Amino acid sequence: MTEASAEPAPRVADAFADGPALIPYLTAGDPDLEATEEFVRALARGGADAIELGMPFSEPIAEGPTIQNAIFRALDAGTTPERFLDAVGDLDVDVPLLVMTYYNPIYQYGSEDGPEPYVEAAAEAGLSGVIVPDLPAEESDPLQDACEAHGLDLVFVVAPTTTGDRLDRLMARTSGFAYVQARLGTTGARTDLSEATFESLSRLDGYDVPRAVGFGVSEREHAAAIVEGGADGVVVGSALVEMVAEGVEADENPATVAERLQAAVADLKAGAEEGATRATPESQGN
Amino acid sequence: MSGDARETPADDGKFGRFGGQYVPEALMPAVEELTDAYQRYVLDNEDGFIDEFREHLRTFGGRPTPLQRADRSSERYDTEVYLKREDSVHGGAHKLNNALGQVLLAKYMGKERVIAETGAGQHGTATAMAAAHLDMPCEIYMGRTDVNRQRPNVFRMRLDGAEVNPVDVGSGTLKEAINETLRDWATNVEDTHYVIGSVVGPHPFPSMVRDFQAVISEEARSQVQEAADRLPDAVVACAGGGSNTMGSFHHFVGDEDVDLYAVEAGGSGLERHEDEGVAPHSASLSTGDEGVLHGARTKLLQDRHGQILESHSVSAGLDYAGVGPELADLVESGRVTPATVGDDEALEAFHRLSRLEGIIPALETSHAFGFLEREGAELGDLVVVTVSGRGDKDLETVIEETEQRDLDAAPDLEVFER
Ligand SMILES: Cc1ncc(COP(=O)(O)O)c(C=O)c1O
Repeated sequence: MTEASAEPAPRVADAFADGPALIPYLTAGDPDLEATEEFVRALARGGADAIELGMPFSEPIAEGPTIQNAIFRALDAGTTPERFLDAVGDLDVDVPLLVMTYYNPIYQYGSEDGPEPYVEAAAEAGLSGVIVPDLPAEESDPLQDACEAHGLDLVFVVAPTTTGDRLDRLMARTSGFAYVQARLGTTGARTDLSEATFESLSRLDGYDVPRAVGFGVSEREHAAAIVEGGADGVVVGSALVEMVAEGVEADENPATVAERLQAAVADLKAGAEEGATRATPESQGN
Repeated sequence: MSGDARETPADDGKFGRFGGQYVPEALMPAVEELTDAYQRYVLDNEDGFIDEFREHLRTFGGRPTPLQRADRSSERYDTEVYLKREDSVHGGAHKLNNALGQVLLAKYMGKERVIAETGAGQHGTATAMAAAHLDMPCEIYMGRTDVNRQRPNVFRMRLDGAEVNPVDVGSGTLKEAINETLRDWATNVEDTHYVIGSVVGPHPFPSMVRDFQAVISEEARSQVQEAADRLPDAVVACAGGGSNTMGSFHHFVGDEDVDLYAVEAGGSGLERHEDEGVAPHSASLSTGDEGVLHGARTKLLQDRHGQILESHSVSAGLDYAGVGPELADLVESGRVTPATVGDDEALEAFHRLSRLEGIIPALETSHAFGFLEREGAELGDLVVVTVSGRGDKDLETVIEETEQRDLDAAPDLEVFER
């Protein structure tokens, strides 16, 4: 599909163009980059509207145990930023791809300090957006400038503790969508949905930016409830990373794991669509 | 004025290129709240915070600590050697100065719980003591390797009523403990204060911890003038994260004729093994390069991809891949000179100081004395060395490490043989 890679990367906002967006996350390089490429194609086949790829960093302070372990497996497998970007460049999926990583590897990339060389390489590889959980708005000017220069979206996380002026400033800065952190704490699959999720969504009501909820979402019914509660998208990470971990544990063929990932994404996507239907029953007939 | 060097830092907490606030958004409101509390209580003494802090330092902490002329060392090095005795602070290290300040501040802020990371266990112990003293629930995170090599301190924390959570990730040292404490903070940020143990982390921590530790140089500066009627030619202190150095240097920074030496752990050698992700030392000031870790831009031990290396030192309290941003800037500007002392030299110095002065120093502190041994009178006519802590916590490690080496200054350990 050489023609596809010659086309400009899709914009992140495209993910929200028709119906609720299902945005899966996987750690790139877990258990190796070849497997990641296979997994990403499976996620796209399953109906993912955008895909987040974690580029591993040795100090994943925002992550719970599941993604920490995935990151350590990826680092052990020799996943460097260069190899990560090469692998992204090989991908031929047509949904927007976002990189999720920490600031230091972005800052160190290339011969000069600063985020510009990384962002340039990321744009060349076909990435559409960047999420950096340890980079608050206060420190993000250099990265934001670089992203604007190279046509990438910089997605900010809105936390349950983000209110008032901070919220206004973040919503003005974020591009592509606002990543709504469903609960305080780290990433990790949960069996329940937190009240904070719905409070956060209602705080974000008046802004003209798509809102995708992540942190702890693991089940079809979560996806439905979140979209019904007003979200434009759902991010699912640890639950999928857990499937990869089980595959590694059982020494399974990546193709087998990919099938399960595809099915899981299809199921979650169906949940998101159910949520959308429930949210607008009367508009159905119109 | 040089004698009164406290300056309100720039609002954004930048020290030259270093510092800043690189933390997840969920923590930013807490960091803003802390910045406000730091300004009001610590800088402006609102509600008499500083008066109460000083009173606790005096009655609970045992301050002021002596500045002692070290007679036999002075003779050995043919220069006047003065020791700033932070080992005599309650708990056995300078760490209490900061822990008391922050636990008290947490109370003023209405927080209900404190958490802290610890490497050597000195900061964890100090926080546990301060929390017991001020009646605050306390949880400590400590890497598994450090739990095993600093057992007496683990027990002290438990005795003082703190929970101790071993961290099993990675090499199980200070870096992993900080990661885990940040995760706890991000989860419980609404009612919890993170008592960070050194001049590291996002603004305002580097400035605030420095201000709490600056009592060391505030006292030392006037004590040395009283004792010797002059300022020292040099101040020497060991540096892990840098709270002992920043505390020991702060009131001397404006005294241009006073040389300031930050002694880092040279471990078993200053090389880097990027393929294994390891640096067998903790010399981030001397060998590191710029990057972002644990909330601040600073000097780090990292590979060319920006992955943080596992550091090493025989002393758990120095075993850290980063360093405080203000110290990084003072080194960058040439005001502070960094130096390294390896495991072997530090162990020699541990034994030497014990024998020469009857002071058993912490292994961290021993690095400063390894530097004194190497430089001696080259440092000038009057040298102040901060004894950042006492070595009781290190005795098991020292016995083990001494048995593996042929150290000139060590006593015969045959007494242990059956
Ligand atoms: C006695 C002693 N000195 C020095 C240090 C190093 O820390 P810092 O550089 O923050 O003073 C420690 C850390 O635990 C310590 O226990």
